[in-house]
Amino acid sequence: MGIFDYFRQPRQKSASVAKERLQIIVARERAARSGPDYLPAMQQELLQVIRKYVQVDDDAVQMNVDREGDCEVLELNITLPDDKE
Amino acid sequence: MARIVVITSGKGGVGKTTTSAAIATGLALRGHKTAVIDFDVGLRNLDLIMGCERRVVYDFVNVINGDANLKQALIRDKRVDNLFILPASQTRDKDALSQEGVERVLNELSEDFDFIVCDSPAGIERGALMAAYFADEAIVVTNPEVSSVRDSDRILGILASKTRKVEQGGDPIPGRLLLTRYAPERVERGEMLSIEDVGEILAIDLLGVIPESQAVLNASNAGQPVVLDEESDAGQAYQDAVARFLGEERPLRFVDVPKKGFFGRLFKG
Repeated sequence: MGIFDYFRQPRQKSASVAKERLQIIVARERAARSGPDYLPAMQQELLQVIRKYVQVDDDAVQMNVDREGDCEVLELNITLPDDKE
Repeated sequence: MARIVVITSGKGGVGKTTTSAAIATGLALRGHKTAVIDFDVGLRNLDLIMGCERRVVYDFVNVINGDANLKQALIRDKRVDNLFILPASQTRDKDALSQEGVERVLNELSEDFDFIVCDSPAGIERGALMAAYFADEAIVVTNPEVSSVRDSDRILGILASKTRKVEQGGDPIPGRLLLTRYAPERVERGEMLSIEDVGEILAIDLLGVIPESQAVLNASNAGQPVVLDEESDAGQAYQDAVARFLGEERPLRFVDVPKKGFFGRLFKG
C-alpha cells in the first residue's frame, strides 16, 4: 500500500455492498413468495389492457400486496411514457 | 421417537455433507443413537465423507423398494458407537424417493434411534423436498457469500410451507443457521459478510460458526468426520454446534481475529 492511499477517499467495502444487494433482493423475493399466486398473471393481463390505450414497457406495471393490520392493500404503479415522445 | 433434523442450504458446495457427517458423529459421540441418511440420489457422497464407501451393499432406494431391509442397508460406523449411515442410491431415476417410501423408512428408524440426520442434496428438487418434508427441525448451512445467503433464504421459504408439520396445520419447523467457511480476518477487512450481517438478512437463530479451516479438506481426504479431529478449530466449532443443538449454552469461538502482540503489529504486512 503506497503512502498516497492514506489520503484517498476510502472505497466502500465489498462486504457492505454485498449486504445492501442482499437486503434488496431478499426483500423482493420474500414479497413475491408471500403474494397471491394470481399476481404475475394479473400483472400480464393489466399490461395488455393498458397497452390498448398507451404503449408502455414491460416493467411499467409494478404490483405489491401489503398487509396493513387486517387489510390487504393492492398497490398498483403504472409508469406512463412522456407525452412529448 | 427420533428427532428428525434436515441439513439443508439450497446452494451446493457450502458444506451440507461435511456438516451432516460432523453433527451426526457429534451426536453419537455424546451417546445418542444416530442415523445419518444421504438424500442425494444419483450423487452419493456422504459415504466418502464418512469413510465407509467400500462397505456400501444396499442403499436407501433398495430399502424403499423392499429389495433389502434397514438392517442390511445401515452401515455401522467403525469408530463411533451408536452411529449408522444409510447411503444414497446411485440410480438416475429421479422419482426413486417416493414420499410413502421415505416416510416408511423414517418411521422404522424412529422406533429405535434418538436422532435421524437427513443430508439434503443441493437445489429444490425432489430429493431436497423429501429430506425436509418429515423433519422436526432444520439446520441451514450458509457461507458468508451472496449466492449462498440468497439460496438459504429461498430454502427457508420452502421450509416454512412445504413440510408435513405445516401441511397438517402445525407451525413451521424451527430452522437454525450454521455459518461455515467463516474467515474473521476477511470480515475485519470488510471483504466478507459478518455473522451479524447474515443473521440480520436471514433472521433466524444462530447454531454455530465454523471457521474456514484446512482441517475440513484433510478430514474429507481421510474419510474422517472433521468433528473427530479434536485438535482442529473446525472440529471444536462443530462440537460446540452439537452442544448447542442439544440445548447447551456455548460461547462462539474462532470468530475474532487473534490480537497481534507488539512485534506482530510492528512487522504487520
